[in-house]
Amino acid sequence: MTSAYDAAPLIPRDRAAHPVAHDVEYKSSVSRSPTMPLLSLDSTPTEETGPKFGHGLIGALDNNLILNWSKGAASAIGERILVHGRVLDETGRPVPNSLIEIWQANAGGRYRHLKDTYLAPLDPNFGGCGRTLTDSEGRYEFMTVRPGAYPWPNRENDWRPMHIHFSLFGHAFGQRLITQMYFEGDPLIERCPIVATIKDRGQIDRLVAPLDIAASKPLDHLAYKFDIVLRGRHQTHFENRPEGM
Amino acid sequence: MAQPAKTLRETPSQTAGPYVHIGCVPSYAGLDGIYPGDLGQYPISQGARGELIEIVGSVFDGAGCPMHDVLLESWQADAAGIFPGLPSADPAVSGFGRFAVSLDSSEFKLKTVKPGRVAMRDRRVQAPHIALWIMARGINLALATRLYFPDEDNRGDPLLSRIEQPARAETLIAQPVQKGRYRFDIRIQGPDETVFLDI
Repeated sequence: MTSAYDAAPLIPRDRAAHPVAHDVEYKSSVSRSPTMPLLSLDSTPTEETGPKFGHGLIGALDNNLILNWSKGAASAIGERILVHGRVLDETGRPVPNSLIEIWQANAGGRYRHLKDTYLAPLDPNFGGCGRTLTDSEGRYEFMTVRPGAYPWPNRENDWRPMHIHFSLFGHAFGQRLITQMYFEGDPLIERCPIVATIKDRGQIDRLVAPLDIAASKPLDHLAYKFDIVLRGRHQTHFENRPEGM
Repeated sequence: MAQPAKTLRETPSQTAGPYVHIGCVPSYAGLDGIYPGDLGQYPISQGARGELIEIVGSVFDGAGCPMHDVLLESWQADAAGIFPGLPSADPAVSGFGRFAVSLDSSEFKLKTVKPGRVAMRDRRVQAPHIALWIMARGINLALATRLYFPDEDNRGDPLLSRIEQPARAETLIAQPVQKGRYRFDIRIQGPDETVFLDI
């Protein structure tokens, strides 16, 4: 086991890789973004450690959103897809045994949430959340249905592209990340003000999962590949230094 | 052109959105039964060592309105200042909490044990604190901050002492309510804007 005192510090977060906090086109961000500069500091044991989740947490259907709401009794309606990929850190190392949670709208673009009142109906066989642990090489997979696009109150006619929300823990609280996966070829990506809070075109592309026909299963499901990179730690020479060096 | 840097770039964040509860605290969203319980409901279990404490607060937006759709996470050391998962940590402290504000009161509540002082790599010592991570619609990259305690010696804390304006450090110190009970309000903008961290 590693002690916090010899765990390597995290690489400072590259803020330019992320969306801006304040963007007038995404109206909710205007009153929900700090105006003072963030306080930048090297990571401490508080950020270098984090919650650990074991295999005992994960139920057999937790990563199958087609079946987990009905407990296997009936399939959710929609286009059947496999979403899979790898979680790596910035140094290229896999992030094994780490928790991923996902949530999404159903195939009609409706969330099962007290606050969602969109016209599209709920699917009695779709809940909309799932979770899994990455394997020893950082790989993960989910079976789900492709979520629908839906309108939302922002500008006069804004629609969210089809997307799946991802929550990742890594191994350190400072690696925590929440993001969204989009689907290759969706024309709404270019029109979405939430996507456009990311100002680096190349970084937007990182969120667009390509169709992965090789991982599809004939007569069963298509597949999309979504690789994710979390913050990394400084290389090992830090770990071997005596304390205080 | 130089060779590309050897590190990969971090995947960009996107807002957790208004329906974050579905994925993170499904019972709160009305999705009972997928999992046995919401993760992080209890940062401690029976028999945790140390002083039991309760923290209540709200998160206010720039218009001064309490946010109804915010979700918070906490991460902390045990009463001896040892993070869960490290040798000799208190097995009854998972250290991880997750709590949404309540729809009726717009307040969150965290029940846990007071963490101890934490030694850093360079032997400096951090005053007792709880790390917080704040997600909501309109927040594009979750906001990190820390809660410190009014009844602890916070002098010399490496983070608090780095805050440029001493008055702003007060935004990270909970208000005493009564013994073991504190209030911690988070203000995203305004004259009392909370100090948020890039750490």
